[in-house]
Amino acid sequence: MQNTLRVAVAAASMLALGAGSAAAQVSDDVVRIGVLADMSGIYNDLSGKGAVEAVKMAAEDFGGNVLGKKIDVIFADHLNKPDVGAAKAREWFDTGGVDLINDLANSGVARAVAAVAKEKKRHIIVNGASNMGITNELCSPYAIHYAYDAYSLAHGTGKAVVEQGGKSWFFLTVDFAFGIGLEQQVSDVVRANKGRVVGAARHPLATTDFSSYILQAQASKAEIIGVASTGADAVNAIKAAAEFGATKNQKLAALLLWIEDVHSLGLQTAQGLMLTNAWYWDMNDETRKFAKRFYDRVGKMPNMAQAADYSSTMFYLNAVKAAGTDNADKVSAKMREMTVSDMFTKSGKVRVDGRFMHDMYLWQVKSPAESKAAWDYLKPVATIPAEQAFQPLADSKCDLVKK
Amino acid sequence: MEIFGIPHQAFLGQIMLGLVNGAFYAVLSLGLAIIFGLLRIVNFAHGAFFMVGAFVAFLIGRDLGIGYWPAMILVPLIVGFLGVVFERVALRRIYRLDPLYGLLLTFGMVLVLEGGFRVAMGSSGQRFATPEALRGVWNLGFMILPIYRAFVILVAVVVCAGTWIVIEKTRMGAYLRAATERPELTQAFGINVPVLLTLTYGAGVALAGFAGVLAAPIQQVSPSMGSDLVIIVFAIVVIGGLGSVFGSAITGLGLGVIEGLTKVYYSEASTTVVFLVMALVLLLRPAGLFGREEG
Amino acid sequence: MVALLLSPAIKRSLLALLLAALVAVPFVPEIIYPIFVMKVMCFVLFACAFNLLLGHTGIVSFGHAAFFGSSAYITGYALRDMGLSTEIAILAGVLFSALLGAVFGVLAIRRQGIYLAMITLALAQMVYFTFLQAPFTGAEDGMQPIPRGKLLGLIDMNSDLSLYFLVLASTCGGLWLIHRIVNSPFGEVLRAIREHEPRARSLGYAVNRYKIMAFALSAGLSGLAGSLKCVVFRLASLTDVHWHLSGDVILMTLLGGMNSVFGPAIGAIIISALRHYFDALGAWVTVAVGLIFIACVLLFRRGVLGEIDHLLATRFASRRIVKEQKNAQI
Repeated sequence: MQNTLRVAVAAASMLALGAGSAAAQVSDDVVRIGVLADMSGIYNDLSGKGAVEAVKMAAEDFGGNVLGKKIDVIFADHLNKPDVGAAKAREWFDTGGVDLINDLANSGVARAVAAVAKEKKRHIIVNGASNMGITNELCSPYAIHYAYDAYSLAHGTGKAVVEQGGKSWFFLTVDFAFGIGLEQQVSDVVRANKGRVVGAARHPLATTDFSSYILQAQASKAEIIGVASTGADAVNAIKAAAEFGATKNQKLAALLLWIEDVHSLGLQTAQGLMLTNAWYWDMNDETRKFAKRFYDRVGKMPNMAQAADYSSTMFYLNAVKAAGTDNADKVSAKMREMTVSDMFTKSGKVRVDGRFMHDMYLWQVKSPAESKAAWDYLKPVATIPAEQAFQPLADSKCDLVKK
Repeated sequence: MEIFGIPHQAFLGQIMLGLVNGAFYAVLSLGLAIIFGLLRIVNFAHGAFFMVGAFVAFLIGRDLGIGYWPAMILVPLIVGFLGVVFERVALRRIYRLDPLYGLLLTFGMVLVLEGGFRVAMGSSGQRFATPEALRGVWNLGFMILPIYRAFVILVAVVVCAGTWIVIEKTRMGAYLRAATERPELTQAFGINVPVLLTLTYGAGVALAGFAGVLAAPIQQVSPSMGSDLVIIVFAIVVIGGLGSVFGSAITGLGLGVIEGLTKVYYSEASTTVVFLVMALVLLLRPAGLFGREEG
Repeated sequence: MVALLLSPAIKRSLLALLLAALVAVPFVPEIIYPIFVMKVMCFVLFACAFNLLLGHTGIVSFGHAAFFGSSAYITGYALRDMGLSTEIAILAGVLFSALLGAVFGVLAIRRQGIYLAMITLALAQMVYFTFLQAPFTGAEDGMQPIPRGKLLGLIDMNSDLSLYFLVLASTCGGLWLIHRIVNSPFGEVLRAIREHEPRARSLGYAVNRYKIMAFALSAGLSGLAGSLKCVVFRLASLTDVHWHLSGDVILMTLLGGMNSVFGPAIGAIIISALRHYFDALGAWVTVAVGLIFIACVLLFRRGVLGEIDHLLATRFASRRIVKEQKNAQI
């Protein structure tokens, strides 16, 4: 009797031990990646289905398994509302078994989710949003800002325009974290180059009629109208500027344009605009190969965020494999040791504040005559080395940075 | 030259754009006021029918190749028909109840229409080209005015005047006025009031659909385009005086201008100024600017 | 009411069962997500508080999101920027919204019906604008992250478990208060105003004062719901003050049944569950909610609880006669 009890206890504890060690490897036997994207709103084209497909492609290319456990990709629509995004992230982390949230287009949503991730100690990778808070006041060992940010846009397009002689600026700014953050960054660059900012008009997200804002911009007599919005907002603002004759005496600087925005503006309207992108589908054979596969699945060319969704998901999965576990702290440490060399970047590395360091590129939109094929829109102007493209570590307000 | 520290170009320009917005408000509030006058229903679905109008114009253009000009006639007919069906099937069952139920019923309709179009067409906006004949701009000196916007103001004034003539000078209009004042008595004179109610609702939402066609080239066509508009138009009708048809049309234009002026001085408040005016009017002159106090 | 047809003993045991189930929730997160339950409780409280005005006083407010949302913002401000303890932050929110409710009341009750509703809408839009512009709210980004603080400076609310019981206790307390208000002499006067205002006035009641009180109470309790939601999600956003929410709460109330104390609770549960569990269907949920709305207005104006009651009542018509006079409220 005694013996059987002892055997039973031993067996039970061995079982428990076994279960324990398995749990330490991969929690609930699956590595789950949640894509939190704008599936229906104005950033749908930039993130949406393309983002989900990019992450799925990465999971498939990785073999569908990591450490012998299935990789599961789920997605949800944040509706561009920070409260919706944060509640979804909380639920995913609490009960959905989600290990990583990717994409996060919309800066307001990204900020809200970054706070949740920090609280819950789970990973997020921000590709769709630009807000500097991710690597500053909201930074954590679990957040990586991967594709681009407001600083890099300001030091790309913003700086290039100032250097071409655009000294006085008026901003058309979308009224939330993204627009305001971008306006601040570009204003800093303008002032640092002895230019001045004469004013700004703030408009709500998804504005369709820009006429009165364009009028304010015209009345300001600024040389440059800085469009601190993106997606449909930027497209509408640029069109309204052309319609109301603002482009005759003033120049436009679109601070964040995507390949899709150029596509919907048309080259006739968009030609000559400068844009800062981390990636373009027509850079080399590797990018073209990825773009073709993506095109076959989604029906359009990938943009820099979607390419980054793919690249960063691969990066995360490689880190899980190298760490031998999906434990957030161990994966985090691994991600900060490893370098990335793939079709997105040749030498990418995560800095302590969560900034993923890689080169950025300044592009110019081709004229209709220069464009040879569908989606042949951009020509390279300059490469911005990582150290110049991103905020110096010394300026970061992140409390992980030792000063 | 400056007006209160603002260059007069910007000042006049914003008033001009205010008139364009006011033109939409006028056409929309006209329909809303006609409906309230006769049916005593606060038609929350007005903005949704406005959106449906824009979508119908977009869809018949894309799929049937029907252009802008025929759409100006066709769309109000289609939207008006939808309104007639809605009135027959649902609205008429609640006339005897508290007006609150009308508000709630039409609010339900808003959700159905907006949700339905979101499912079918997605949330992002669809572009609608300005008709060929109205492209180009006029240089007014103080601003560059796209011809289409001037056209919108003109059409709105014509539509409002036309509606006024119909109501004041035709037999149909006389019935309408009679039924608004004394429904039972009008019925006793052998006029079919239920049919009149149906037609009035149809005509009211047809106006909303018409405004939708007008708006399509300026705004993008999207399921939410009428959602915030409706409460502004509400406020306008209340300011004008519920049921006072011309009061609301004039108030619509006027508030467009007030909004434009607000944009000059305090741009962020431009969407709220309407409600400020409404609260003040309701507290100081409860029947609205053009309304009569009811017993 | 349903409960009226049941004996007090059954009623009490049903209530105890429900309470026991709610207490068990945080221990079985696999079955139901506790944070979702907390959210539902907030909306239950909100809808029941709203119904103090709609169902019990006969006043339609189209601006109740203003109370829910401002309380959330005030609580958020107290927790994040002033570092106060949780209960004081919540109290601050509740007091603010009760005060705001009184102000709304003073202005709105000068008119009746639709006009009154329009005044509340106008005022709520101004509140919305204030929070959109105020520097501390983060405008479109929402106010976040808000620390949950410590209850009485002792109990850390970061634990979902402790928080759950705070929300549960507050909701039960709020509902109990509503129940007491409705069944008090004060509640009787409110109903008298709803049924026949001139008569209530001629009987010597200071009708306006009662209406303003009702506004303040309803607003304060709505504010409690808003504050709790803010603490749960560590975030206050413009969604909480947007007029869509004012429309939502009317829907919940109507759906559940506005002639009872706890009917709106059922409406709140149904709508929240619909939104939560059918989330993936996207806009179809909006369509469904719209259809429910239409069906409610056309076919089930008594609401879910009211219809069940009606059904039972006609079946037990004979038994009901005795209780006819008490029919008023449960």
